[in-house]
Amino acid sequence: MKSKRWWVPYAFLALPLTMYAIWVIIPLVQTLILSFTNWDGVSPTYEMIGFANFRRLFGDPNFQKSLLNNVRWLVGFAGVTVPLGLLLAVFLDQKFRGSKIYKTFMYLPMTLSFVVIGQIWMWILEPRTGALNSLLALFGLGPVGWLSDPSVVTYSLILAASWKQISYAMVLFLAGLKLVPNELVEAAYVDGANAWRRFFSVVLPMLRPAMVIAVTISIIDSLRAFDIVYVLTRGGPFYSSSVMANYMYVQAFHNYRMGYGSSIATVQFLITLGFIIFYIRHVLKKEAEL
Amino acid sequence: MKRFIFYALATFLVVVWLTPFLISVFTSLKSMDELMLMRRWWEPPRELKPGNYITAWTDANMGRYFLNTFIITVPSVIGALFLSSLAAFALSWFDFKLSTPILMVFVGGMLVPFQMLLIPVYRFSVNTGLYDTYHGVILFHIAFQLGFCTFFLRNFMKTIPDSLFEAARIDGAGSFTIYRRIALPLVLPAMAALSILEFTWIWNDYLWSLILLQSDRLKPVTLGLVTMQGQWITSWNVMSAGAIIAAVVPLVVFLMFQRYFIEGLTMGSVKG
Repeated sequence: MKSKRWWVPYAFLALPLTMYAIWVIIPLVQTLILSFTNWDGVSPTYEMIGFANFRRLFGDPNFQKSLLNNVRWLVGFAGVTVPLGLLLAVFLDQKFRGSKIYKTFMYLPMTLSFVVIGQIWMWILEPRTGALNSLLALFGLGPVGWLSDPSVVTYSLILAASWKQISYAMVLFLAGLKLVPNELVEAAYVDGANAWRRFFSVVLPMLRPAMVIAVTISIIDSLRAFDIVYVLTRGGPFYSSSVMANYMYVQAFHNYRMGYGSSIATVQFLITLGFIIFYIRHVLKKEAEL
Repeated sequence: MKRFIFYALATFLVVVWLTPFLISVFTSLKSMDELMLMRRWWEPPRELKPGNYITAWTDANMGRYFLNTFIITVPSVIGALFLSSLAAFALSWFDFKLSTPILMVFVGGMLVPFQMLLIPVYRFSVNTGLYDTYHGVILFHIAFQLGFCTFFLRNFMKTIPDSLFEAARIDGAGSFTIYRRIALPLVLPAMAALSILEFTWIWNDYLWSLILLQSDRLKPVTLGLVTMQGQWITSWNVMSAGAIIAAVVPLVVFLMFQRYFIEGLTMGSVKG
């Protein structure tokens, strides 16, 4: 509806938008600006140094490691956790008595913070006496340096984070499965389609919206992973498990390179931006169809 | 037969799925001797040591951290819900030129990597005296969660039939009255779902407390748990007890309000 007085909607928006501007919008712009400076976080002044931070960034081996690890996170989240979430959702989407309780149990990791998840997995992955290596020892295997071997550590972190991410994907797919009309599946059954065909030709296309959301959010989450990396390894050993978010934090808040840190954040943001725009367009388009 | 296979497979799945959590619960109830000598992490404790929880709660300060999380979380949820309901009302009910761009800013902001905000928010807090205070963290949480909350509530308000608003307007009700008497009561169920989600997310926050708080007496459980590592890293049982203490409230809230939680998560189809 059109208000007779143009300012009425803005009166409702005044307080929320002001707060959003102070803590989200303006900081975003400030970080973009800071990425072109050499600010050390302490000095009252700083200089504009053009693209120097970015040039240095791409020659920085630790940033390259972090970026590569983010790619691993992305492939793990979008390529492994989403399909596994789908698999679990399809399996648990049964009308058997008590199947709700099973779902509840499977959802539990989703409610935990990454700090708690990190703590839980710490004892499992601990190299010397941890649960996983103790179990392997029973079979005369190992030990594996889950958190100490540079070539393994990132995968251990992705594994721990996936515990939560899979439950989340599962929730999205279970909600999507609710919208698949039973008659459609039954009609395919009557037409003689076997279980595989019913799934791939009838159910899966109906799950497209859930799939788009699950993949997009998983990618965005994989690019901003921080808590669990920081809690379990702080990016170590020797930056081997570092991700962009972690490297930014270390540079800005441990090494007082606020300008350099901002440039890391900016690169992280620009990579994510494409997916954010895709998400917004998807959501608004869905809206227009309503 | 099909039913039997489902139960067998599902039970196996759940046991495997919850094994990490069970290991943590078992560890929290064992003595260090049993842990280090037996190394049977997956076995229940031979001798129960609930005293680990008392050690974590008092000596490791988890009690204080626990209280701090409540002090931060409750006002943050209330504030975010109230302010976003105002914004959502404006964005759902009025036609004005900037409506869609403002909505896009709210939706986009909630997906931005946090690293993009860290330095300026930290600097702002230090300059304004909000650094290392409860209200500094609370104000940030309210502001940041406005993105998701506004998007979520607006979608709900859109489903309210225009005729309801029109009728009230013809009766001479002002915009604020329509907001308070019609829009707000009708979205109360959505706000319930939203509050459960927001409570869990803010409860579980780690990064922002890390950036905005320094004093031990203000730290929430997530930050406290990491602080604990410093002194208690060798006491795996006490650390596990601390982790369980930090997890228990979100778990109970989820189990009590599962339907709301799931509805909220899938309706908004996003995660904070």
